Amino acid sequence: MNADERGWAVAGLCVVALGCAPLPARDEQGPLAGAGDAARGRAVFVAREGGHCVLCHAAPGVAVAGDVGPALGGIGSRLTPAQIRFRVVDITRVNPDAVMPAFHRTEGLSRVAAQHAGRPVLSAQQVEDVVAYLATLR
Amino acid sequence: MRALAALALCACAAAAAAPPRPEPPLPGTHFLGSDLKALQADDFANPGLLWVARGEALWSEGAKPCAACHGEAARSMRGAAARYPRFDAGLGRVVNLEGRIDACRTGRQGLPAFAPESPERLALAAFVARQSRGMPLAVSVDGPARPVFERGRDLYRTRIGQLNLACTHCHDERWGKTLLAEPISQGHPTAWPAYRVEWQTLGSLQRRLRACFFGVRAAMPDYGDGDLLALELYLAWRGEGLALESPGVRR
Ligand code: HEC
Ligand code: HEC
Ligand code: HEC
Repeated sequence: MNADERGWAVAGLCVVALGCAPLPARDEQGPLAGAGDAARGRAVFVAREGGHCVLCHAAPGVAVAGDVGPALGGIGSRLTPAQIRFRVVDITRVNPDAVMPAFHRTEGLSRVAAQHAGRPVLSAQQVEDVVAYLATLR
Repeated sequence: MRALAALALCACAAAAAAPPRPEPPLPGTHFLGSDLKALQADDFANPGLLWVARGEALWSEGAKPCAACHGEAARSMRGAAARYPRFDAGLGRVVNLEGRIDACRTGRQGLPAFAPESPERLALAAFVARQSRGMPLAVSVDGPARPVFERGRDLYRTRIGQLNLACTHCHDERWGKTLLAEPISQGHPTAWPAYRVEWQTLGSLQRRLRACFFGVRAAMPDYGDGDLLALELYLAWRGEGLALESPGVRR
């Protein structure tokens, strides 16, 4: 058993046997702004000036969508809002090779066009809105 | 045996750290709807042929026309476009086809250079490229062209723009998928200059590449910029063996 596996075993024991607080997961992130609004989030999902997630993701009730990324029907049952948020903010933290933009990141980007420089694709509130929308896709 | 091993090593080094080329290699035309495919294939309907005809006329125009030195293009220019971009010993730098034509216009004809994307420059490029129709891309990336190739290769896999995506993400890893409703091709340069319906005009490969920079919200390099030239050379290497099909028709 290597150190990593031991770590997991210990954490498992801790949760199952002792009921102590689970270790903070590495793929979750707390809210960036006030509570999200799912209806506004749907608009962020489809709008070109928003996140334009439909470029790559199908979702229930969305007529035309691309298929570069997985269909997001049922995502609200698979992932918690905190996990969805973590991925929308910067999915390269989960998979460095992911073919998806980092939607709420400004550091470490290269050659950003002047009119977009220093600004994330989505505001904190827009992230919360789209997370609220995806959480409804169960 | 040792020689073979050395050769194998050398072949690896040539592609050093370049993303694997898409298999099987497919031209952009493969990903078009049947209407645009038909338009491209029909010499009477393909709008790009208007530029080719204009280029043919320009070939013999003026006091010191292209034809005065190069004679009949069908013979002298056959296969030329398939070798570009290339290192030009006389100029001492890597040039693309348009750049080579510019050099003849300023250096040999003593005329002012055409502006990028001007109808004349596109017409001459389309006319010269047409003489290589169906011929396989075959560029050299060795010797003095090497640093330019490497620059293109490295840029090709660098995440850029506010959307933080690299060329390789779309054209190597997700070709065949669709962005909203647009199929992503393997990003080969064989159709260019091409007529793009969205532009309602013919455009150069550099214009198409600038559109991909724009798409990921990256600063667009100026026409003629070293980055665009380097990408052109990398793309031509990557598309080696695919047949030239300019003037293509694209969405
Ligand atoms: C350029 C294409 C593209 C765009 C635009 C895009 N995504 Fe993605 N998305 C992907 C890909 C590809 C993946 C799979 C990531 C991987 O390979 O690790 C993904 C994964 C995800 C996941 C994780 C899915 C899972 O099952 O783990 C979520 C959530 C997500 N995207 C949400 C969004 C949201 C919200 C937007 C718009 C704000 C968006 N995406 C825009 C391509 C895209
Ligand atoms: C978000 C995905 C995406 C990224 C990233 C991207 N492209 Fe494209 N590219 C496209 C789409 C969509 C088209 C139009 C459809 C097609 O021909 O693939 C296109 C077209 C092209 C074409 C024309 C192909 C043809 O047959 O007409 C070339 C060449 C090309 N891209 C090169 C590049 C280069 C070089 C980069 C990096 C600077 C790049 N692309 C980045 C999506 C992308
Ligand atoms: C005064 C003679 C002269 C004229 C006029 C001239 N060229 Fe050239 N061209 C050359 C020479 C010589 C070369 C070989 C490269 C060199 O040494 O500069 C060349 C090379 C080329 C090449 C590269 C061919 C290859 O196989 O790599 C192209 C393309 C070209 N010329 C196009 C044109 C066009 C188009 C015009 C008219 C706008 C033109 N040239 C006018 C002399 C001329």
